[in-house]
Amino acid sequence: MNKQEEDRIQSLLKQAMPPVSHELNRDLWPQMLRRLQQRSAAVPWFDWALLALLVLGLFVAPSSIPVLLYHL
Amino acid sequence: MTVLEQQSDLQQEFVQGDLGAFETLFRQHQSEVYRWVVRIVRDPGAAEDLTVETFWRVYRAHARFRPDGNFAAWTRRIATNAALDHLKMSRPETALVDDFPAEASPNPGVQRDLRERTARAFSRLPAKLKIAATLALIEEQPYTEIADALGISVGAVKLRVFRALRLLRKNLRQLGVEP
Repeated sequence: MNKQEEDRIQSLLKQAMPPVSHELNRDLWPQMLRRLQQRSAAVPWFDWALLALLVLGLFVAPSSIPVLLYHL
Repeated sequence: MTVLEQQSDLQQEFVQGDLGAFETLFRQHQSEVYRWVVRIVRDPGAAEDLTVETFWRVYRAHARFRPDGNFAAWTRRIATNAALDHLKMSRPETALVDDFPAEASPNPGVQRDLRERTARAFSRLPAKLKIAATLALIEEQPYTEIADALGISVGAVKLRVFRALRLLRKNLRQLGVEP
């Protein structure tokens, strides 16, 4: 590929891509805060896994229920 | 206390997970991140969402940041990765058609058609090449900045731009445009 072709393709690209404003018109912090609150409310997957393990353990060995209650 | 010391303290607090410090850093850098992302994705709405996504990734990774590090450069690299993920997920436009007639006369209708074909040819590029070509050829950003943002060498950026140009030439020819 020669320089002339490169320049021509670059020129075509510049014409084809609409110019966009580079300025941010609003503060995005409220959106960021919502995102942080959403995520912090979500229960992590490993918490669910631990709960499932506990339920399974109690199902397999029901005799451990009084021991568990004693320790709670 | 100097400005540099204040910034260092702020970054130290951010590393420890302080939300107030994160908010201050967010407000300091949101415009800069947005400007970088909108250059890549060329869609203001998507760029706003990606700015938030970038800072979400920044917040999650706060413990991995060095307090004396360059927050702006670190954030820009994360923003570039977020924009790359966005480009990978967005579907390219319709498939190329091989038998478009070549154009000869430059009138407004033909020019519009040429722009559409070029945009279509560009949309078919892989995301990694598209991002390098956008920043280097359309936005004319320095290669060193592009390399820093992509986390690759300047030579690798040049190679990606060259591969993008070659693929574009091929796609344009398939669409009946002779560069």
